[in-house]
Amino acid sequence: MSAVVEFERVVSIAGSFPVLTGLDLRVEQGEILLVRGENGAGKTSLLRACAGLISVNSGNASVLGFDMRADRRAPRRYIGLLGHENNLYRDLRVSEHVEFRAASVGAKASDTAAALEQVGFPQQLWTVPIISLSAGQRRKVAIASLLVGRPQLWLLDEPHAALDTESRKNLDAILKDASASGATIIFVSHENPTTKDIASRVVTMDGGRIMEDSGAG
Amino acid sequence: MLAEALLVARKDLRVERRAKIALGQVAPLALLILMVFAFALDANSSLLERGAGGLYWLAVLYGGTLLIQRSFDVETDDGNMDALRMSGIGSTSLFLGKASALFVQITVLELILGPGIVLLYNVRVVDWVLLFAAATAGTVAFSVCGVLWGVMSAGLRVRATLLPLLLVPVLAPVLLAGSRAFETALGVRTGAGWTWAGLMFVIAAVHTAVGLGAFGFLLEEG
Repeated sequence: MSAVVEFERVVSIAGSFPVLTGLDLRVEQGEILLVRGENGAGKTSLLRACAGLISVNSGNASVLGFDMRADRRAPRRYIGLLGHENNLYRDLRVSEHVEFRAASVGAKASDTAAALEQVGFPQQLWTVPIISLSAGQRRKVAIASLLVGRPQLWLLDEPHAALDTESRKNLDAILKDASASGATIIFVSHENPTTKDIASRVVTMDGGRIMEDSGAG
Repeated sequence: MLAEALLVARKDLRVERRAKIALGQVAPLALLILMVFAFALDANSSLLERGAGGLYWLAVLYGGTLLIQRSFDVETDDGNMDALRMSGIGSTSLFLGKASALFVQITVLELILGPGIVLLYNVRVVDWVLLFAAATAGTVAFSVCGVLWGVMSAGLRVRATLLPLLLVPVLAPVLLAGSRAFETALGVRTGAGWTWAGLMFVIAAVHTAVGLGAFGFLLEEG
C-alpha cells in the first residue's frame, strides 16, 4: 500500500502558537482513520495541515505524493474537507450550491442528483434555499457537496454532528464505500464508541502530536 | 480560466439575486444619499449642478463599498473561504470572477443613480461617450480594487470597519478623476475630461495587474 499522508516530525505554528509539535503520522490508501483527543489537542490543525490550509514550519510532510513544504496548494483538488462549518452559500438553493461545488472541482453537474440521493436528501427540498434548512439537513448538503467531487482524501471534522441516527448510519456506509473504492478518510470525532466501529485505525492526539496509535507496533 | 471565472461570477450574481441586498437595500440607500444632497443644497442649484459629478461618484463609492463588503461576507460566512481555497478554481479565475460580478452589480447601481442626478440635480449630458467611458473605467477600478482589498480584509475580525478605511484612500484618485470627467460630460466644466477618463483607465489597469498577481497570495494568507 502507498502512503497518502506521510508526516515526520511536523511542526506547524499558527500565529505564535505551535499547533502541531513534532507530529509523526503515516496513513495508507484506503484507511479510515479516527483521530481522537481533548479540545485543543491539535486534531483540527492536523486536518488543516493535511489540506494545506496551514503551513508546515519544519519536518517532512507529504500528502498524496505532494511535498507540502514545497507547495501546500498542490494536492487540494484531490482532497475533500468538511470542517466544523458546512461551507454553504445560504442564499443559494440546495441543487444550485451542490452544482457549483461540482463545477468548481471539475465534476459534472449531473452528478449532483446522485450525490444528494446518496446522502438521503429528499428531492422535494432540492429547490429550497439552504437558509431555510435545519442543521442536520445542512450537514447533509455539505456532505453531498463533498461527495460530488469524489475526493481521494477525505478530511472530516465531526462529520456526524447534527445528523440523526439513520443519517449517521448512512454516512458511515458512504465512508466505507469510499474507502473500499480506494479513498482515504481521516476524521475527527468525540463520539465514542459509535464512530469507532467504522474506523480501521484510531489515533489519540495531545499537545499537537500523536500519543496513541491503535495501528502501531 | 475564463470558464472558471464565469462560474464564480455566476455564483456571486445568483447569491445576490436570491438575497436581494443590492437592489433592495444598497441601491435605495445610494439614491437616498443623492436625495439628501439635493435637499441640503437645494437653495444653491448652480452649486448642485456643478457638484453633480462628485456627488454621483460619492454615492457610487458608498454603495460600492457595501457591495464589496457583501461580496466577501458571503465567502467568510459558514467557512466558504476554506472551500474556495480547497476548490480546483485558480486564483486568477477567482479574482476575475469576483471582480466581474462586482462590475455587474456596481453597473446596475450606476444605472439607477444616473437618472437620479439628472432628475434631482437638473443636469443634462453633453458628451455621452465620455460619460460612458468614465463610468466604465471607474466601475472597473472600483471592482478590481474592491476584490483586492476585500480579500485582504476578509479574514479579519474588524473587516466591517477596516474595509472602508482601506478602500477610500485607494479609490480617492478614481473619485477625483471620475468627478472631473463627469463634470466635462455634463457640460459644467470644459476641457480635460478625456485626460481624467484616461487616468481612470490607467488606475483600473494597474489594479487589475496587481490583483491578478497578488490575489492568490492574499487568499492564502488572509
